[in-house]
Amino acid sequence: MNELYELTPKQKKSRRRRSIAIAVVLVSLVVLFYVATIIKFGPAILARPL
Amino acid sequence: MAITGEHESLTGSQIGLSEADPRDYFELLKPRVMSLVVFTAFVGLIMAPGTIHPFFGAVAILCIAVGAGASGALNMWYDADIDAIMSRTARRPIPDGRVTRSEALIFGLVLSAFSVMTLGLLVNWVASALLAFTIFFYAVVYTMWLKRSTPQNIVIGGAAGAFPPMIGWASVTGSISWDSVVLFLIIFLWTPPHFWALALFKQTDYGNAGVPMMPNVAGVRSTQKQILAYALVTAFVGVLPYFMGFAGLAYGLLAAGLGIGFVWYAFQVYRMDADDKVMKPAKAMFGYSLIYLFGLFAMLLIDSALTRFGVWA
Repeated sequence: MNELYELTPKQKKSRRRRSIAIAVVLVSLVVLFYVATIIKFGPAILARPL
Repeated sequence: MAITGEHESLTGSQIGLSEADPRDYFELLKPRVMSLVVFTAFVGLIMAPGTIHPFFGAVAILCIAVGAGASGALNMWYDADIDAIMSRTARRPIPDGRVTRSEALIFGLVLSAFSVMTLGLLVNWVASALLAFTIFFYAVVYTMWLKRSTPQNIVIGGAAGAFPPMIGWASVTGSISWDSVVLFLIIFLWTPPHFWALALFKQTDYGNAGVPMMPNVAGVRSTQKQILAYALVTAFVGVLPYFMGFAGLAYGLLAAGLGIGFVWYAFQVYRMDADDKVMKPAKAMFGYSLIYLFGLFAMLLIDSALTRFGVWA
């Protein structure tokens, strides 16, 4: 059976807000682990032959 | 949401699509409890001998906060049925219909895994193991097992709330010491009189929900006696950091003063008529108990910071 799912404006709004929150958390985690790596290994980690 | 079709007309809740807002998820973390956890963990971290890079110190506090929040979400998942009955908890996201039980469960499990793994990978595995044990203790031992089966629920379950300063301490030292055990004991022994004071004036709520809190099972009189006994022991343990030498005289004096106050409030509860409907002394005891714990840990923080910066020896 083909069904069309139409989100209500409230559901669209809450889904968008949840998506933004997840994105912010994921980006924050990336930044956190990036900074942690730099601190643990020191800035010398950047000085390597490319 | 609605399904548009010739024969179907279903509402959003029937389909099960979420209308939950990020704020609803944040509420699952029990932010007020989390703030106390963050504070006591921070004190443990600052008091611990040794040093930690400020960034990793912040990471440790973040992980402890998220781990505590995750256990709060798991607690709300499991307790949604009784939360709906009690006036204090009826507006929580699950009984209020804003978040489904399965959403709360997944949220709690994901945050638990992330907080424990991040703490282990970036700080140390002793602190990480302690955090994992705390989440397990609160979600499984307290919430699933003790809470609905024994009036000693809060006595044993209180350990979960007492671990954060130990985790903060272990984040710096990578170990457990007697000093950190004393910090644990202060919160552990403080928890029963704090919650029993609440249970006295919320007795009907707990009774309706079928939670065997001490006043409902052993009676008001027995609870009053036990509150006083625990308050005496808590006040004694509260001054131990001074006598064990890891807090200064200023802390010792404040802890003694606040401890006398704690016992005095407990004594007022002890003197309260068991048939008292308003239970003003129990409400006052509940309020003071928060000031007491905050006062002790704030002074430990100040004392430790001033000693570290050489303001006093």
